[in-house]
Amino acid sequence: MSWTEDQPMVSVRDVHKSFGELEVLKGVSLDVMKGEVICIIGPSGSGKSTLIRCINALNDIQQGSILVEGIEVHDKHLDKLELRKKVGMVFQQYNLFPHKTALENVMMAPIRVLKENKDDVEKSARALIKKVRLEGKENSYPGELSGGQQQRVAIARSLAMKPDVILFDEVTAALDPETVNEVLVTIKDLAEEGMTCILVTHEMGFAREVADHIYFTDRGVIVEHGKPATFFDEAKDPRTKEFLSQIL
Amino acid sequence: MTTRNYKTDLPVMMPVDGKPKNRPRFRLKLWHGAVLLGICLLSPTLSFAQSDAGQASVLEVLLRWMPLLLKGFIFNLVISVFAMAIGTGVGAMLGLGQISLHGWVRKLAWAITQFFRNSPWLVLLFFAMFLLPFQLRIGGVTIPLPDWLKAIIGLSLPVMANVSEIVRGAVTSLPSGQWEAAESLAYSRRQTLWLVILPQCVKRMLPPWMNLYSILTMATVLASIVGVSEVMTLTGQALAAEGGRTDLLAPFYSFVLIIFFIYCYPIARWTVYLEKKFAVKG
Ligand SMILES: Nc1ncnc2c1ncn2[C@@H]1O[C@H](COP(=O)(O)OP(=O)(O)O)[C@@H](O)[C@H]1O
Ligand SMILES: [Mg+2]
Repeated sequence: MSWTEDQPMVSVRDVHKSFGELEVLKGVSLDVMKGEVICIIGPSGSGKSTLIRCINALNDIQQGSILVEGIEVHDKHLDKLELRKKVGMVFQQYNLFPHKTALENVMMAPIRVLKENKDDVEKSARALIKKVRLEGKENSYPGELSGGQQQRVAIARSLAMKPDVILFDEVTAALDPETVNEVLVTIKDLAEEGMTCILVTHEMGFAREVADHIYFTDRGVIVEHGKPATFFDEAKDPRTKEFLSQIL
Repeated sequence: MTTRNYKTDLPVMMPVDGKPKNRPRFRLKLWHGAVLLGICLLSPTLSFAQSDAGQASVLEVLLRWMPLLLKGFIFNLVISVFAMAIGTGVGAMLGLGQISLHGWVRKLAWAITQFFRNSPWLVLLFFAMFLLPFQLRIGGVTIPLPDWLKAIIGLSLPVMANVSEIVRGAVTSLPSGQWEAAESLAYSRRQTLWLVILPQCVKRMLPPWMNLYSILTMATVLASIVGVSEVMTLTGQALAAEGGRTDLLAPFYSFVLIIFFIYCYPIARWTVYLEKKFAVKG
């Protein structure tokens, strides 16, 4: 089956995921169209990270189906490397490679994985570093950068692979309050350029502003979802209401 | 992650959270050397009083034998360098085997590592001495296996097992986020290991590896027990040639201790320095 752009780019269908006895996802479904930005919110431990990690096969699933551009992720014969060339990911703890400079962090994967020409890669890596507003930090090591700067390098590193969709797992949760905004601005830029984004976040104001669709998860199920305006102002489920009242 | 099955007991490999647990471990200290030097200087003068007239002085005898003893010591160093090289090469492969994704490779590598890590070095040396043939015939070529070569092989076995543990410990002590970041950038497992994980491990592996080398150097004297002409054997022979004068025992063995100390102490200091440096930087 070949995927076309009028179909969801990511389609999650009735996904069940357990760690041993503990069932973390209990039948989750959602769709993401090309160019859409969706935000997943919910209390800690509700399975948000697990859900997005399943999308790029960092976690396997026991039941259900995840299609990324028509590729079935829940398939023994899945070519994980091909999948991950399409799906980028940014982590809460940045996970930059500490022995490489910012520029090298961005350049490594295109050179080693995509086997692209080194000079071309360097040119586009410098452009990406400029795009995340880190000009002048090309030769700094991650240890010499602030959390917000590291996270922006991590975003540039992910973009260097030219993914079709990027997963963001609470990327501002570990940051000092004063650097949160610079990272959110970077993500907003991406969203405006039409990058497909799946974000797990606790930044409600941000979610309301950039998201096309909000999903609220609790204990492994999607309790409620909708457009930001309706979701935030007219939440129906008592669990959603309680969560929003605590966090807003 | 599958590679986190076994916990390390190497102190330097402990996760960096919290304070490192200090386990008792032998480390050369400067005062060890001072004591040795004291014995070496004092014993000839003390024993000089005891020695009969007409005999050469202790210092004279020691000076006469010194070139031979130093040659013997260099032989110890040669044994240590080759045993370290072989042990490191094979041990690194064994260590990577311990983090293999294939269950049976992992278990086999683990079993070999544990076996050789928990055997007395001397027993392994005897094992190599008496179980290896004195020559190997490969095709039409006969390769002799002299005792010193067997000693190198015998000593490389425990080195191999310890290096295997050092490699495994270093790899598993890296945060799993490093693996995940590389995986999500579509690195293959091999690329992840060689481009991301191992380069970061070198720093963590260096201090325990150097510590192991200095332990190995001190252990090379075990080869005297199986008849290799290293410094201890030669010392014994020199003493015998001097007619078993008891006043020579302390100075001669002190001399051997001191040359080992002079060689191993800087290594120990450097190891401590690196450990401190890497502990700060992480
Ligand atoms: N690798 C794992 N092994 C076992 N349990 C896990 C693992 N990862 C997550 N869990 C459990 O799954 C549940 C959901 O975790 P997670 O997806 O991280 O939640 P969230 O991101 O919403 O805070 C938690 O109870 C957590 O303890
Ligand atoms: Mg999470």
